[in-house]
Amino acid sequence: MHELRRIRNREKRSFFKVRSIKLKNGDVQVKALFTSKMKTQGKAGVQQILVSFSATVFALVLGMLLIYAIGFDPFSAAVSMVEGAFGSKNAFGETLVKMTPLIFTGMSYALASRCGLTNLGMEGQLYMGALAGTATGIYVAGLPAALHLPLTILAGFIGGGLWGLIAGALKVRFGASEIITTVMLNTIAISFIDYMVNGPMIEPPGINCQTQPVRSSAQLPTLISGTRAHWGFVIAIAFVVLFWLFLWRSKRGYEVRVAGLNLSAARYSGIHTNRNILLVMFLAAGLAGLAGCNEILGIQIRMIPEISPGYGFDGIAVSLIGNNTPFGIVIGALLFGAFRAGGNRMQIRAKVPNAIVSVVQALVIFAVVASQMLLDKWNEHQMKKINRQESEVA
Amino acid sequence: MDLLQTIGGYLFTDIRMAAPVLLAGLGLLLMNWSGLLNIGAEGIMLISALAAVVGSHFFGSVWMGLLLAMLAGAVFGLLFAVLTVTLRANQTVVGAALNILGLSLSTTLNRVFFGIETTVTKVDAFQVWEIPLLSKIPLIGRAFFAQMPIVYIAFLLVPLIHYFLFKTKPGLNLRSVGENPRVADTLGINVYRTQYLATIVGSMIIAVGGAFLSTGLLNFFAEDMVAGRGYIALAAVIFGKYRPTGIMFAAMIFMAGNVVSNVLQVAGVGIPYTFLTMIPYILTIIALTIFASRAVAPASLGRPYKRG
Amino acid sequence: MSVILEMENICKQFPGVLANDRVCFSVKKGEVHALLGENGAGKSTLMNILCGLYKPTSGEIRLEGELVQFSSARDAMELGIGMVHQHFMLVPTMTVTENCLIGDKEGGSIKLDRKEAGQRLKELAERYGMEIDPDAIVGTLSVGEMQRVEIIKALFRGAKILILDEPTAVLTPQEARALFKMIRALTDNQFTVIFISHKLDEVKEISDRVTVLRLGAVVGTHDIAQCSIEELARLMVGREIIFDVVERQHPVGDILLEVNNLSLHRLHSHESNKLLDDLSFEIHEGEILGIAGVDGNGQAELVECLTGIRKASSGDAIYQEKDLLHLSTRDIMSHDVSHIPQDRQKTGLVMPMTLVENFALQDYYKTSFGKRGFLNWTSVEERSSKLIQDFSIKTPSAYELAQNLSGGNQQKVVAAREISREPKLLIAMHPTRGLDVGAVEYIHNQLIDQRDKGVGIMLVSTELEEIMRLSDRIIVLYEGRAMGCVRPSETTIEEMGLMMGGRTLDEIRNGRVKEAPVENMVM
Repeated sequence: MHELRRIRNREKRSFFKVRSIKLKNGDVQVKALFTSKMKTQGKAGVQQILVSFSATVFALVLGMLLIYAIGFDPFSAAVSMVEGAFGSKNAFGETLVKMTPLIFTGMSYALASRCGLTNLGMEGQLYMGALAGTATGIYVAGLPAALHLPLTILAGFIGGGLWGLIAGALKVRFGASEIITTVMLNTIAISFIDYMVNGPMIEPPGINCQTQPVRSSAQLPTLISGTRAHWGFVIAIAFVVLFWLFLWRSKRGYEVRVAGLNLSAARYSGIHTNRNILLVMFLAAGLAGLAGCNEILGIQIRMIPEISPGYGFDGIAVSLIGNNTPFGIVIGALLFGAFRAGGNRMQIRAKVPNAIVSVVQALVIFAVVASQMLLDKWNEHQMKKINRQESEVA
Repeated sequence: MDLLQTIGGYLFTDIRMAAPVLLAGLGLLLMNWSGLLNIGAEGIMLISALAAVVGSHFFGSVWMGLLLAMLAGAVFGLLFAVLTVTLRANQTVVGAALNILGLSLSTTLNRVFFGIETTVTKVDAFQVWEIPLLSKIPLIGRAFFAQMPIVYIAFLLVPLIHYFLFKTKPGLNLRSVGENPRVADTLGINVYRTQYLATIVGSMIIAVGGAFLSTGLLNFFAEDMVAGRGYIALAAVIFGKYRPTGIMFAAMIFMAGNVVSNVLQVAGVGIPYTFLTMIPYILTIIALTIFASRAVAPASLGRPYKRG
Repeated sequence: MSVILEMENICKQFPGVLANDRVCFSVKKGEVHALLGENGAGKSTLMNILCGLYKPTSGEIRLEGELVQFSSARDAMELGIGMVHQHFMLVPTMTVTENCLIGDKEGGSIKLDRKEAGQRLKELAERYGMEIDPDAIVGTLSVGEMQRVEIIKALFRGAKILILDEPTAVLTPQEARALFKMIRALTDNQFTVIFISHKLDEVKEISDRVTVLRLGAVVGTHDIAQCSIEELARLMVGREIIFDVVERQHPVGDILLEVNNLSLHRLHSHESNKLLDDLSFEIHEGEILGIAGVDGNGQAELVECLTGIRKASSGDAIYQEKDLLHLSTRDIMSHDVSHIPQDRQKTGLVMPMTLVENFALQDYYKTSFGKRGFLNWTSVEERSSKLIQDFSIKTPSAYELAQNLSGGNQQKVVAAREISREPKLLIAMHPTRGLDVGAVEYIHNQLIDQRDKGVGIMLVSTELEEIMRLSDRIIVLYEGRAMGCVRPSETTIEEMGLMMGGRTLDEIRNGRVKEAPVENMVM
């Protein structure tokens, strides 16, 4: 009986209801029935995953065909790609390394999307976060690692966040589309970093265009010994949890989701949509800033003019595959991280140009987008059928 | 006279540099007026820049290169149209993917065709077509009448497209699709076909701009050579209030920033070069804040259309 | 008169619903033929088939004796059938001429000759007693003028048969009369008009014959002269309609809301017309104040000012010793004010979200729904289940997406959410728009219920029937001004119509304006 009560108490938070049924022979059987919540939401979730998965596989096959078309052996390319991503402890470490910034930029794009905003400025925000982190890591002296490291990470978040806030403010105040302003801010940011690294922050005596290394008290410790994988990965996962909590468990996150789906309804309900736009742009850009900051603290150790091979725009793909959900983003980041990690090895071993990885990434985006729209169409069709069957009488 | 010559020189450079942005802007404009928001001009320009070099190299003629470039542009445009018109996917995401595809595909194919050499392959490029007499006019002569053919095409397209959009029936029909596709539909216009046509033709015009970069303005293909001009074109459309003449002036003003930076660099002025490269982008943001609320965009821009 | 159009045994099957059931419908040349029926009777479906937007599942259409088939709206247009929809098919940023020329295939060149076309349009309009300005930007026209443009557009493209879908829904009785004159001018010139309506008095006034549809089938075709309004009503609804005002049970209480000199100026305007012009009125506890008037005369702006969505230019609205005009929406709602917005899909619900998430919309920020910034979904779910039960909302589960519910049930969700907050002041705008008879009655009963509990209700509606039936007092808005305040039992439809058309109560009752005598109908 204790067991039963325990199960019943969990009923409220779970997907299933518990029914106790008395059988003919006196036994009591306990059945768990899926509530309608599971039916409607669970089914939809599974559908999405299957569809995104098959689309990705389709794109991968297309990619292999392309590799063949340009005169290389797709199978050795695929093999070396997988080797480069998972084949050894080192490879796996590399995958984690490449995955970390993608988790952040994926979340960045997803968070903005949920609010109805399109954040194309992740590259610039990433660089600004990296710069802020580097500066804090170099010039703040005398702090123990337990203080310095969190401070530096915070600086990275704020650095990126403020950069995105500019676009948010321009949108709220002037109605300027964030699609354009964030893109423009990208180049401005990258140019600015170029200036800083070659100018005021250059490492003496000024021969190499890079900054001094960040103090050891601000560097991220290694996660897996013998690899480059660092604790930034753990921080990224921690932020995924925060991401979920914010959007689906907090009141502010609820407001953000409502505004993203129906701005008018949000206003009519009293939600301060302008304030939320500013908040979301700050948070989303801060996440992108963390992508850059972690790269510095964990891998580069110092700031150089180019630290991102396109992590910003990859974030769009990651978020798309993951359908803007926390778990999906991690999977998407894993996929694209593996691509990048494996791509280097593929270039060396199978001689296939590394850029083909990005081609495949673009194909994945197209395939996933197309498949999601096809799924939506199909669902709509089903829904219309059911709806018309019920009469209009209330 | 020296001053006139100098200013004439700046004008010459400005017009030259504005041409690809202008072409991209005009191509985008056609798509915008059909209700589609395409941010993928960068990718289209990249692939067409490569295609132009490839065509010019393997066929020995820059015009073949141009043709190949326009073909590449049409293919990219078709891809965009299928996803956004037939499947009604998010236009911004598809456009961003187009940019990724353009960059990566052009880089990959560049390596495949020309290898990873440090010496850049020279190809047959556009030459300056000087118009006799007119090109001798002081100040504007060289700027207006001693340019490459693509530049002439670009600036001639301005009144042409203006006439098409605002003085012809097909142009009216196109605009009605961008303003209110449902109305256009009930009046017998095939919305989907209009959007497909606008996208393909528009992409081909953008491709001409890309071709000019690698076989006109410069004489080779370098990875990521479009360097953000596709995005500037986007801004030029908004700044130009969705009119061809507006886009023309916008392109010239934006590129003036580039010209200024070149000038200052040559003059050895102490402003860091990197700051000067920011100017077009800063100008664009300022323009957006001033003009964004009053821009006359097609009412249905960016919204997928569903029949019935 | 010969038969120009015959629709024989038209069936239209949608998944699960037979929208048209072997409909036989014939129209004579030069007549005005009304198509009468309630919401959902199948009138619009039938006409959409006729103008080429839908394909019939079975059945035939004959035009002047010959079998025809349409595959698109353009086909129908080319055969001379033109439809003026309820929601105008016009591009606001373009001129009248441009709107008429969209999709025009006539003429050899592709050149757009605005002047020549404009001239032709003007002549066409004058021929039938209408006036238009071909170069006017459509967005600046009044609703009546826009409708005229739609009609001219149809004629311009060669329509011989005009279908008008609920044309007077957005007109004042006076504008409607002008429309009727136009229709007569057209039929005098051998044009045929099919007039879709659910308004009995209009059908009686303008048409020659009427076909009544109910639940997808034809219940009769009659000459108007041989039909009374009551008979038509009976055919339409299938039962006797009892037109009466609902009895008051409880007395009216104290003043709940006092609006004084509320004005709202236009933003960039050349016109001196204000959106709201010096409005003053009160709402008492336990009373329903009806705000009547043709759509677009300030009703939406009034509601927006009172709910904090728009900032008024001057005046005040005193409620519980506070001025609503200076409070944010959130503040207003948290002081026991509820709002059923006019568009449930756009502003009342978040369509892609579940019902549970929608129910949370108004009160999620309260501590009863979660502390320290977190939302307690369990309590939201409990509340939702209860509301679904109490209000008999038909849905497979509380986690169903709002967009999958029928219109009536969606409206019930909004009403349930707003009413269950136990407001003291309830603002309901077009609460029964687009609903069928059963749902309308349900919502009306809810409103009366609330009134009897002492809630002060501001009911904004364009349906005169609804306003007359439910309100204790009625204010008519015209161009942002209050034309007068009357009790339903002390006024007539005619008087209401005059106020809606711009006469103040004062002017009407002091006999300064002479009107042709028309039957008084108290609905």
